[in-house]
Amino acid sequence: MELTRRQALGLSVAAAAFAITGFKSGQAFAAAEDSEKRIMEFTGGKAPQPGKITLTAPEIAENGNTVPVSVSVESAMAGDDLVQSVMLLADGNPNPAVATFHFSEASGQASATTRIRLAKTQNVIAVALMKDGSAFMDTKQVKVTIGGCGG
Amino acid sequence: MAQAKPRVKVPKSAAAGEVVTIKTLISHEMESGQRKDKDGKVIPRKIINKFTCEFNGAKVFECDLDPAISANPYFEFTAKVNESGSFKFTWVDDDGAVTTDEQKIEVK
Amino acid sequence: MRQILRGLLPAAALTAVLSGPALAEPVDEQLTIDGREMTVRTKAPEGYPFDEVLSGWLFRTAETRALEADGFDNPGMLAVEAGGVIWNTVEGTAGKSCATCHGDAAESMKDIGAHYPKWDETTGKPINLELVINRCRTQNMGADAYEFDKPEQKQITAFVRHQSLGTPVSIDLSQGEMQKWWDDGKKLYYTRTGQLNLGCSNCHEEIMGKYIRADHLSQGQTNGFPTYRLGDGLVSTHGRFRGCIRDTRAVIPKAFSDELMALEVYVAWRGTGLSVETPAVRQ
Repeated sequence: MELTRRQALGLSVAAAAFAITGFKSGQAFAAAEDSEKRIMEFTGGKAPQPGKITLTAPEIAENGNTVPVSVSVESAMAGDDLVQSVMLLADGNPNPAVATFHFSEASGQASATTRIRLAKTQNVIAVALMKDGSAFMDTKQVKVTIGGCGG
Repeated sequence: MAQAKPRVKVPKSAAAGEVVTIKTLISHEMESGQRKDKDGKVIPRKIINKFTCEFNGAKVFECDLDPAISANPYFEFTAKVNESGSFKFTWVDDDGAVTTDEQKIEVK
Repeated sequence: MRQILRGLLPAAALTAVLSGPALAEPVDEQLTIDGREMTVRTKAPEGYPFDEVLSGWLFRTAETRALEADGFDNPGMLAVEAGGVIWNTVEGTAGKSCATCHGDAAESMKDIGAHYPKWDETTGKPINLELVINRCRTQNMGADAYEFDKPEQKQITAFVRHQSLGTPVSIDLSQGEMQKWWDDGKKLYYTRTGQLNLGCSNCHEEIMGKYIRADHLSQGQTNGFPTYRLGDGLVSTHGRFRGCIRDTRAVIPKAFSDELMALEVYVAWRGTGLSVETPAVRQ
């Protein structure tokens, strides 16, 4: 399977998050560590796998205050094939927590769209927790730009 | 400040078993608690921290919001409807204030 | 970033600061809002510096453009709805609401938002939507005039102008002394002011289409005001003028001052033919 640049980036970021290597600044280190801790708490200690969940976010956010993002998880949303929750994190924000979506059979699909704040260029991380305890993850880097006139 | 009702978009009707798309938008500053005022004092956090959608009393979709959700929180999600009934939407503010809205749907 | 700018920038060095693609075309796309087609690109009036008048919508990213194209998704519509509540609210000593005299805004306010500023005989000056609303409040409702940029002022202005959504902007310069105010506004548009020594034209005409840091520079039109800016929420026309002038580090003219009224007349004319987009969505 050929990986797109995005997928490769997502996978490498996911791998790095669990290896905590290569981060230069102490703050980035802390943010990544905090995100990793939150992910493990959310999944009950299970390392999330790539696949099943797709996070959609712009490559470049025209304004970091309002960035549209969507998540979607492949699931029949019936019986034992059910998405319980999806957690969104922003690993470069002062506080990485963004939102947690909770789904049910009545959702029909495990998908949601919202608008989020990103303090700077960073990774947005989405983690899905399934009813059977398995977990999946997707990551996208969003470049947050600074406008010309500040005003 | 004149306060608008929350905006909610639910289809008027659907077929039994159909998965419909619902959109909600509510006016709220979502003060993150990160900003400082002119004197350098932190402006306290005040956000909507929970959004719930129920259908005929059963939970369909729920979101725990953190301060990184943008001002005027927007959600788009789905619901599988098997019978006619009523969607109830609830937004809860940090200060305990609760805003609700209801929309009916006819299911054939 | 600001500190760097302060140290570095005589106007001549401005072009050196620009990075990224030297010139990016605005997109070639149609704006359709809930099935209704908007004019976002049109042939320019005579004497215009460009061949084409372009809406700021064309310069935004796909995600931002999408926010405006859906009447539900548009965050500015919350303010329009709040304005609708104000429209129906009784205020002032006369015991009236806007609706008492004007009935259904969709009918009575249809298209008027495309023709302001207009000449006003009583004051001997141009008048804009915010000021005509304030006059109605004080004279006909016995209510207080809104202070500049009070949330209610922005909401009711957005509500009224939204009734003209789709109508092409057209300013009547033949009335009273509108032409003189247009001349004054044009002079201001092309005058460099402030510590950064910049005039409107330096960005919105000379380097329109280029990037200032990461902002894709538009023609600086006013057809979509009050506008929802993704970072600031709803912004009024004079609010934006003042913000822009503040950022050149000039003394900021007061809202509704003669200078800004003249500028509003001239800039509105520069948007001739574009659809009213209120509430537009911008970065």
